[in-house]
Amino acid sequence: MKRWLPFEWIVAIRFLLEGKLQSIFIIVGISIGVGVIVFMSAMLTGLQANFIKRVLTSQAHIQILPPDQLARPQRHGVDEIEDAIIQRPSQRLVSVDQWQKIRRQLEAMPEISVVAPTAAGSALAKRGDASRAITLNGVEPETYFLVVHVPDYLVQGQARLLSDDILIGIDLAKDLGANVGDKLNVTTSNGGARILTIIGLLDFGNKGANSRSTFVSLRTAQSLLGMLGGVATIDLSLKDIYAAEDVAQNIQSSNDVIADSWIKTNAQFFTAIRAQNLTNMLIRVFVGLSVAFGIAAVLVVSVIQRSRDIGILRAMGTSRGQIMRLFLIQGGVLGFFGSLFGSALGGFALIYWHAAARQADGSELFPLVIEYQLFVWTAVLATFTGLLAAMAPALRAAKLDPVVAIRG
Amino acid sequence: MANSILTLNKINKVYNPGEASEVAVLHDIDLEMAKGEFVAIMGPSGSGKSTLLNIIGLLDRPTSGTLSINGQNTSGLEDAELTHLRGHKIGFVFQYHYLISAFTALENVMMPLLVDHGFQTERAEQRAKELIDRVGLSKVAHHRSNDMSGGQQQRVAIARGLAMNPDILLADEPTGNLDTENTKSIFDLLREVNRTSGTSILLITHNHDLGRQCDRIIQVVDGRIVS
Repeated sequence: MKRWLPFEWIVAIRFLLEGKLQSIFIIVGISIGVGVIVFMSAMLTGLQANFIKRVLTSQAHIQILPPDQLARPQRHGVDEIEDAIIQRPSQRLVSVDQWQKIRRQLEAMPEISVVAPTAAGSALAKRGDASRAITLNGVEPETYFLVVHVPDYLVQGQARLLSDDILIGIDLAKDLGANVGDKLNVTTSNGGARILTIIGLLDFGNKGANSRSTFVSLRTAQSLLGMLGGVATIDLSLKDIYAAEDVAQNIQSSNDVIADSWIKTNAQFFTAIRAQNLTNMLIRVFVGLSVAFGIAAVLVVSVIQRSRDIGILRAMGTSRGQIMRLFLIQGGVLGFFGSLFGSALGGFALIYWHAAARQADGSELFPLVIEYQLFVWTAVLATFTGLLAAMAPALRAAKLDPVVAIRG
Repeated sequence: MANSILTLNKINKVYNPGEASEVAVLHDIDLEMAKGEFVAIMGPSGSGKSTLLNIIGLLDRPTSGTLSINGQNTSGLEDAELTHLRGHKIGFVFQYHYLISAFTALENVMMPLLVDHGFQTERAEQRAKELIDRVGLSKVAHHRSNDMSGGQQQRVAIARGLAMNPDILLADEPTGNLDTENTKSIFDLLREVNRTSGTSILLITHNHDLGRQCDRIIQVVDGRIVS
């Protein structure tokens, strides 16, 4: 008998040890439940982190754009419009009005981590007889590369943008028969033309992007696109990606700009993530409930089996509170050990699945995210569930009339 | 009586009062027992002996009447106070040993000592060893109850009943399941405890031989004391 354990603990643990098979079965049951929760939570966290990383390292969390240019119909008087049909004007490439001021304002906002002005427009890249339409992204590498992790996509050359440098997609390079160090003739519709040196090749894992996207320095793009000193968009990175929509609305309400959050531009993706989170939570709740009922069922049976023991314990001066604690402890101990084995089970399943489930090229399907908090929380929650589940049987045991209990 | 351990005054017990299934089990029981007395309660089955013993043992409450243990009136006491009193003043031995099978003989005897944390484990173990020794079971002290004979089990139950050094030991047919030889040895043990420790013993038995060896016999018939 352990010298340092209180009476209730000694009896509770002995009861659990005596009903070995019963304890083992319920612990296995809890372990499976906890294992499923751990496995699913970690897998979903990994998958989501991966999705989000893929989506959000290739685009800004919020993009600031100049407002749409609207036709202003002529009016005679109030509510009287001259032209019956209003034609939407073509959207010229214009700069965000007073963008330096807006930039300073954005940089002062605590929610925003990076502010990257860009000048983007379409252009034509020519090399020899070949020419291709391209999207010209003029960026400040020191800020923009923190919003979109361009260097991560670099397959050849270097991610540097001096005034004559250009980074292009690998498919565009293939189409133009060009390689790192080759020159490209870039022209725009408003007459801008420049000869740029290919400094690096990028692979975004997407053919469309690989054959169109190019990156040059902000000043080069400004001069090519004819928007000297202006920027087409301001791209933002946020500390909390899920706050994007609120922050965007906040910016839009205080400036004459359009602020598009990634949540809005990727509405379907965001809905999918939300649905996934909801499903995950529902599964956790129902697995938790079945674990709780499993523990309760075992303890209810144990109370019936042990009614004589309870009676004799009461006869020798054990209080109702002590009898109640005795069963609560059993519930808690079952929950705790179940969560311990379950966490190990979930952890091993994760490692195995991560190793076994591979993409066709052998690279990992999703990054393995094993957070120790998940295990701690699961253990705390499972122990708490055990205690809660033991409540009804414990009350029942405490209420037993010792005379009836002894008589059986 | 100044040196009485037990005083029962007009104890009545009615089950399901006011209902169609109302049963009156005990009728105006008056009983007094002196400290150190060894009293036998005898009577036919269903006469209310066990109910009386449960009321005396504070496991059950009387419908009316008063019960004093060692001069302390127990009517009006809260459940927790009754539990405390039961743990400290009263020892039980039942017809069946009711040892907790998850524990060894020694640990079963330690149980009452650990219940209210009054004893440290070392002291409890020391006391339990003395008691196990006293009932002559040192050799099987570490056996589980299932690995012992009926007589041994009942001896352990007696040792457990004596653990808290109670003022009164209530024994409900402790020899009911034993053969003649074991019956005699268990009774001798109780007698010896009564003589050497001065523990008052109230023994329910059907065995007239045992009854005759007690200080006094109380006959209960149909819920009344007849002699």
